[in-house]
Amino acid sequence: MASSVGETAPIILAASRVSKSFGEIPVLFSIDFDIRPGEVHAVIGENGAGKSTLIKILSGLEQPTSGSISFDGQTVVLPPNGAAEAMGIVLIHQEMNLAEHLTVADSIFLGRELKKFGFLDVREMRKRAAAVMETLHVHVDPDARINTLSVADKQMVEIAKAISRDARVLIMDEPTAVLSVGETQTLFEQIRRLTARGVAVIFISHKLDEIMELAQRVTVLRDGQLIATVGTEALTPDSIAQMMVGRELSNLYPPKHEPDVDAPAVLSVRNLSALGVADVSFDLRRGEILGFAGLIGSGRTAVAEAIVGLTHRSSGQITLDGKPVDFTRVSQSVDAGLAYMTKDRKGKGLLLNMGLRPNLTLLTVKKHLRAGFLDSASETRALERAVRRFDIRARDASVAVGRLSGGNQQKLMLGKTMESEPDIIIMDEPTRGIDVGTKQQIYHIIAALAAEGKSIILISSELQEVIGLSHRVVVMRNGRLAGVLEGAEITESEIMRYAAGIKQSGNDERISA
Amino acid sequence: MSASAPDTAAKPARGFRIDLKTAGPLLALALLVLLGITLNENFLSYSNLTNVLARSSFIGIIAIGATFVITAGGLDLSVGSMAAVIAGVMIMVMNWLIPSFGIGWSVVLAGMASGILLGGVAGVFNGLMITRGRIEAFIVTLGTMGIFRSLVTFLANGGTLSLNFNVADVYRPVYYDGILGVPWPILVFALVAIAGEILMRRTAFGRYCAAIGSNEQVARYSSINVDNVRLLTYILQGVLVGVAVLLYVPRLGSASSTTGVLWELEAIAGVIIGGTTLKGGYGRIWGTVVGVVILGLIGNILNLQSLISPYLNGAFQGVIIILAVLLQRERRTS
Repeated sequence: MASSVGETAPIILAASRVSKSFGEIPVLFSIDFDIRPGEVHAVIGENGAGKSTLIKILSGLEQPTSGSISFDGQTVVLPPNGAAEAMGIVLIHQEMNLAEHLTVADSIFLGRELKKFGFLDVREMRKRAAAVMETLHVHVDPDARINTLSVADKQMVEIAKAISRDARVLIMDEPTAVLSVGETQTLFEQIRRLTARGVAVIFISHKLDEIMELAQRVTVLRDGQLIATVGTEALTPDSIAQMMVGRELSNLYPPKHEPDVDAPAVLSVRNLSALGVADVSFDLRRGEILGFAGLIGSGRTAVAEAIVGLTHRSSGQITLDGKPVDFTRVSQSVDAGLAYMTKDRKGKGLLLNMGLRPNLTLLTVKKHLRAGFLDSASETRALERAVRRFDIRARDASVAVGRLSGGNQQKLMLGKTMESEPDIIIMDEPTRGIDVGTKQQIYHIIAALAAEGKSIILISSELQEVIGLSHRVVVMRNGRLAGVLEGAEITESEIMRYAAGIKQSGNDERISA
Repeated sequence: MSASAPDTAAKPARGFRIDLKTAGPLLALALLVLLGITLNENFLSYSNLTNVLARSSFIGIIAIGATFVITAGGLDLSVGSMAAVIAGVMIMVMNWLIPSFGIGWSVVLAGMASGILLGGVAGVFNGLMITRGRIEAFIVTLGTMGIFRSLVTFLANGGTLSLNFNVADVYRPVYYDGILGVPWPILVFALVAIAGEILMRRTAFGRYCAAIGSNEQVARYSSINVDNVRLLTYILQGVLVGVAVLLYVPRLGSASSTTGVLWELEAIAGVIIGGTTLKGGYGRIWGTVVGVVILGLIGNILNLQSLISPYLNGAFQGVIIILAVLLQRERRTS
């Protein structure tokens, strides 16, 4: 592989004074960017800062309006439609591009299948796929179908695919957004192995601590401008955040208002069992933010979906304001004042091909009927209110929601959920894949809702977020409740101990109020 | 979608295309009318226009039902066969009731009621198999298409079911008469279209159809009863097939195994030409009306001229359908 690696190696891929406009609207202004073999170069910026456009240009998916790209020292025009992969520039998308019904081996060789006498050489492909997985220390069966794999394994397949194509520059768009802490560490080991072999990695993430850990250099973009490219050793997470946002982020988390000690339990769950959930019991008090922490797949979402009636409950009692309830349809829980906001805003939360208005009111269309007919003026008023309250930014209401940034989609989904005027809100990963500035806004909204007397269950894989917002934290593991933390116990290490199974609380403690 | 092509990137690329998509079917209709006028001065005559529109009404009424089904992400291939079996049963019911009711409007009304009822029942069956049985709409309605077709052949004993001549005389005006010179089928078609447009645009049901067709999961998580809405679209489709048939029966007064053949494809074609997305999520009734009329006019124009063989009717319709979907594709990939 590459003979020289690191700071002395010649630059492999560079963008020079690259600008990009869509129509008349400029989105990138004269960006300089370069990467050397064996380096991890992070690109960071708020949503809409131009990160995705930059990596699309670097991988040939978009052509720059002006400026040039050089590869191995030669000025080149990268071929479009992913053909740059043949040159060794591979982009791993945020939403993975794997055909769900193919096997792992099929996926790795997709588009350049090995053939013998004109027929697919299935055996050889399987063997080589297994060999690639072996070099990555990944234990995935080459015959497994993609749709049976976890998100983390899918990502490993993408990486295996890239490596089997002799990738020299690997571009990863928020690879850790959907990974748990443990899975992220595995990914990082993988990336380090690749860089040791001379692969250059361009890494996009919203998680500042990850960037500090992994990258040698960081390029910060803001509003399409290059703010700085700096060595990581000269930075702190705070200073990166400041460069991203252009202002100080002193109070990322709002101050906690403890709920009244004698505040009544508005939601009580006893011995809940469902698919992926076993014997879970907890109480939620009025005005409380109850964090739900745990590894991905530990059953947090499953608990929420079982409570609101999205999935079938096999046993357990749920009481709302002291009254037993049994929701078998989401509409019943919404009517009862309990709303669940999904973590999958694109797959389950929003109609991406539709405008803002129908999305906002989808949950509550019935509120906008007059004599049985939809009152579009009333819907428009609702949208105006939501835009003000949640600071949703879109050029106009008719733009397809799929074209909004992740942060604005999330705020719209929050608005949609709040349209049903719930007393209890279950928020599942409310800040996944959105930028620091928007995160801060959402944190303040959550805290304000709790202060108003709403009760909130906050499911999050970002420990900082759970710790920064929650009054109490439930930790789940393997579908069970591993522990409930309060006050000073709420620390990263304590949560991880429960989540990883090092610590386990007794039955009595679980049901503590 | 972090920092994707920023929000601001959307607009300029769109403008013109969207307009073309909205106006496309209307533009095509206008061109066809112009073509018709140039080719034959009789084209705009009262008799020609009412003839074309009345014939299009059956497919049109069915296609309006199909617009709801397709918008909600479904498909109903059984409508043509369903029309045939409804026509057959209506004729049998009326013939059977003559001894007890005598010849008159009561028999015809009973026949009409039985047609609509049967359509509704057929829709319930399709809808339940799809929603409760969890079988794909394509498969279920492919199955019922065969069942209905075979049933009408069986009922007619391989031949033709004919309505009693005297009853047919009473019933005739429903196809041939009208108000102020506008035949009943056209009037009913217009009424159904207006009601459909309101249902699609201005009611929760229409909104739910689009939501389900756009993304069923989102609909489910938004507390929409997906199964019930889906079921309703198939029932509506069945009832509208019944309505179309009760206008159709007085035209010929008979039904056979060849009644309504390929109606399902014409209806779906009209829906697609009108700009409704085949995969669901977006539907427009007025577009369907325009689409069905376009299909009717192509046949009519071919009959009115002598340069091109009218036998190529199907080919022209096919070209129009493919063109319509080509225009739609840009919406999907954008």
